Amino acid sequence: MFGRMTAPRRVVVTGMGIACPLGLGVPHVWKRMLAGESGIGAIQSFDTTNLAAKIAGQVPNGTKADGGLDLNEWIPTKDQKKMDRFIQLALVAATEAVEDSGWMPEDEESRCRTGVMIGSGIGGLPTIFEASILISQGKQRRISPFFIPSALINLASGHVSIRYGFKGPNHSVVTACATGVHAIGDAARLIAVNDADVMVAGGTEAAVAEIGMAGFCAARALSTAYNDDPTKGSRPWDEGRDGFVMGEGAGVLVLEELEHAKARGAHIYAEVIGYGMSGDAYHITAPADGHEGAFRAMRAALEDARMQPSDIQYVNAHGTSTPLGDDLELEAVERLFGDEARNVAMSSTKSAIGHLLGAAGAVEAVFSILAIRDRVAPPTLNLEKPSRESAIDRVALHAQERPIDVVLSNSFGFGGTNASVIFCRAA
Amino acid sequence: MSDTAEKVKKIVVEHLGVEESKVTTDASFIDDLGADSLDTVELVMAFEEAFAIEIPDDAAEKITTVKDAIDFIEKAKA
Repeated sequence: MFGRMTAPRRVVVTGMGIACPLGLGVPHVWKRMLAGESGIGAIQSFDTTNLAAKIAGQVPNGTKADGGLDLNEWIPTKDQKKMDRFIQLALVAATEAVEDSGWMPEDEESRCRTGVMIGSGIGGLPTIFEASILISQGKQRRISPFFIPSALINLASGHVSIRYGFKGPNHSVVTACATGVHAIGDAARLIAVNDADVMVAGGTEAAVAEIGMAGFCAARALSTAYNDDPTKGSRPWDEGRDGFVMGEGAGVLVLEELEHAKARGAHIYAEVIGYGMSGDAYHITAPADGHEGAFRAMRAALEDARMQPSDIQYVNAHGTSTPLGDDLELEAVERLFGDEARNVAMSSTKSAIGHLLGAAGAVEAVFSILAIRDRVAPPTLNLEKPSRESAIDRVALHAQERPIDVVLSNSFGFGGTNASVIFCRAA
Repeated sequence: MSDTAEKVKKIVVEHLGVEESKVTTDASFIDDLGADSLDTVELVMAFEEAFAIEIPDDAAEKITTVKDAIDFIEKAKA
């Protein structure tokens, strides 16, 4: 920041929305997560015969009332075909978050001070796949005029802004599996430096399609050993883990400048108190030895929050259930916490919903904030036999009530990008 | 109403998500039925598919009402 004379403004969370493999709606999803339920299952929506990985976490169909997705309840039929599923899921989560926040700007100035920053790791891959088939058949003229706006990542933000008339910063983040945390952290900074008063921020992903599965299969990133027992497939830190399970969904927060939220009497869930980023400069997909990039991101977030490791009671890990990444992250967290490691809990909610890629950091922000609200650490399912012992309690199998006031959440992405965010109980 | 007219109106109702009663012969896609320029491109593609005809771009630009579409298609199929 050039020549900033005043202290950064404080940013709080006043609304949350979620669509994930455990269903729709924050209360419904959280209840299922704390009960140790899994949203992973055999893929039914397309033929997986030729794929090594045959399981995933998909947003369940159903009705709003029972926590399932019926798109017609959220988006007019004629508009559905104008957007890839990743945009549809973002609209669902954003609608819940905005309604939850109660923020509906009524004058032009307020609309111009409300922005959107929803990112995605991959965007409209299935839409691109379908257009490619038409071209390979020589049917270039059959490409829909909605193909490009359906596939573009920033159209998630675009559609949310159009729905609500939010005319502030309209931005989007693309940093693979770190997208969700980057979107929330960057949006909070826009508020902190006075570019906006309110930001609708988060991540969305819908790559559970043949092309997405085939691509991650080729990279040998997905679990293939649990095709017959899908709910066992995502098992962070467990010795039986063999890759991540892909999930789809979206998480959205309404971020708001503290005084703005107070002035309108908004319910404040938590404060965004710290944010840190780093790059590995090492390898396109593998984390560096000791995951020192993760270490630096976490340390930067702590410095930003002016906190010590001892201030953190719960870490929501990146913990994707890959053989290499899980233990390296654990090592980096142990190094950061030192002697405090025995006092902190760390779990991976990916054990219940799989890895939501660009949406992961955003849905995990929702879980982190709920962990503060309810003083409970959500469980790491399937952690039956850790591949490595640790002083850190990884909340195996069952949720734990703990005195949680401050949470650190990690997300790391291909390309060697790392981001950590810290939420604390609102004073 | 001719078969063509009926089919055209059905396609318009489906693609623009409008009430059937609003799709009168004189209705303009943009002014009366809430379409934008991308919707009209997609509508023309739907007509091409449904009637197995080709509508060149310069002709497509002149199809702005339900009647324009019906007239073009009937001429093309004659």
